[in-house]
Amino acid sequence: MTADAAGTIPAVPRHRPSLVIVSNLEKAYTSRDGQNIQALKDVTLDIAESEFVSIVGPSGCGKTTLLRILSGVLQGSAGDVHVAGERLSGPSREIGVVFQSPVLLPWRTVLQNILVPVEIQKRNESESRARARQLIEMAALSGFEDKYPSELSGGMQQRVGICRALIHDPSFLLMDEPFGALDAMTRESMNEELQRIWSRSGKTILFVTHSIPEAVYLADRVVVMTPRPGRIVDVIDVDLPRPRTLAMHNTPEFGTHVAAIRRHFNAEGALDA
Amino acid sequence: MNGRSYHSLNAFIGTAALSVVTFVAFVVVWEVIVRAFDVPNIILPAPSAVAAAFWSSLRSGELVWHTLVTLFEILAGFVLGAAIGLVTGFVIALFPLAERILYPYIVAFQTIPKVAIAPIIVIWFGFGPSSKVVITATIAFFPLIASTVTGLRAAPQEQVEMLITYTASRWQVFRMVRLPQALPYIFVGLDVAIVLSVIGAIVGEFVGAKSGLGYLILQKNFNFDLAGTFAVLIVLSAIGVGLHAITSWVQRRVVFWVDLAGKHVTVA
Repeated sequence: MTADAAGTIPAVPRHRPSLVIVSNLEKAYTSRDGQNIQALKDVTLDIAESEFVSIVGPSGCGKTTLLRILSGVLQGSAGDVHVAGERLSGPSREIGVVFQSPVLLPWRTVLQNILVPVEIQKRNESESRARARQLIEMAALSGFEDKYPSELSGGMQQRVGICRALIHDPSFLLMDEPFGALDAMTRESMNEELQRIWSRSGKTILFVTHSIPEAVYLADRVVVMTPRPGRIVDVIDVDLPRPRTLAMHNTPEFGTHVAAIRRHFNAEGALDA
Repeated sequence: MNGRSYHSLNAFIGTAALSVVTFVAFVVVWEVIVRAFDVPNIILPAPSAVAAAFWSSLRSGELVWHTLVTLFEILAGFVLGAAIGLVTGFVIALFPLAERILYPYIVAFQTIPKVAIAPIIVIWFGFGPSSKVVITATIAFFPLIASTVTGLRAAPQEQVEMLITYTASRWQVFRMVRLPQALPYIFVGLDVAIVLSVIGAIVGEFVGAKSGLGYLILQKNFNFDLAGTFAVLIVLSAIGVGLHAITSWVQRRVVFWVDLAGKHVTVA
């Protein structure tokens, strides 16, 4: 490696270049009854390429606000965000978003829903169709291309939402409690599925949840946020080996991570589910 | 064909049969009462007299001619009124300033009974079909404004935001979400408007006309030909039912997803 020749320390996988840099981000707004609310205070976070980062925190800790700023629909009051070297000033083609509910358009088939970003960004139609087929296969939706959303189960609808977020090949994927509305069984299999999709696609993912085990199971790092004001109180490295299995939920290492995170909420007096 | 549609077809035939039986029973009772109590034809004609009047009116060609005139007035008035209503609805929904300027006048205009302004319109546009077209249009346009404005504002915020995160422009948001979301509302407006259009054309003909079913009703009434009047009423209601059926048929094909969602339990 040339880096060795220059006498520098060779980069280890843990120190990949940053894809997303959030620096000193603040968000304050005035509520309807005239109170000043500090939704985000001094949030600083680096996310490496191909890294999976989870954010956990109770309601009102600003995790959704942070995600909305990163997705470009909301502006921060101070500080800034860089994605792939560029300052974020609005919605970006580099970003794909998976929402709390699938938010599919009921008059479009599965395939047409997946192609929404392609249509908006006027990308190559035939290339995108081929890509959509691959994504459909990856998300185990083969045979449902021409079905309408109302004909699918909740878990399948959410998988369509994930395909849509990946169709324009964004480098950064934002996921806002995507499995919150699903039952526990479906949720576990979706977690396995997501891990598989992530490892195959090499995307950088920021995953918001209020389930601590879900955060630990999926992430390389778990960012812990607490409310009033919304801020980052801890970042925990999860060094469990990959690929992770559901059985790992029962290992002492897994339990240690969960306990380390849960402690924060007990300390803050804001215990979450 | 799957079990569900077979079942619903059966149910449909069952309901239709019940409907026909009710109708036949109603007609028979009517006929019996008129004959039993010897009710004069100029008070209440028996169904058989109505059928005879209908047949002779049809054969003489007058029914066909006047039906064509009225049908033209209904359709032309509906198209004109609906088009003005749609365009105004879009303008109001897209430009808040236009709403503040226009809406008070539109509501004020809507509160005036159209029967009251029909004589003025006849003076302006003459005794021919054009005045009836205008009267029909004044009645048909309001449901379209109301439903278009409501529909264009009905798009869920989350769908709009979803498109925006994928870098959609205002126009793309309009075309991909606001417009399709407005369609079910617009069809409700069209359905109301088409039924009101039948009323509009008849009101216009009552005020002053030389042809049309409304004119025919007045003429038959003037001659105490109540059976003939009833025959015209049958045609009028057939027109109303037919136009409503066509609108519903188009609606089911254009906004198919509303029906689709109704058949399944869906996440809102």
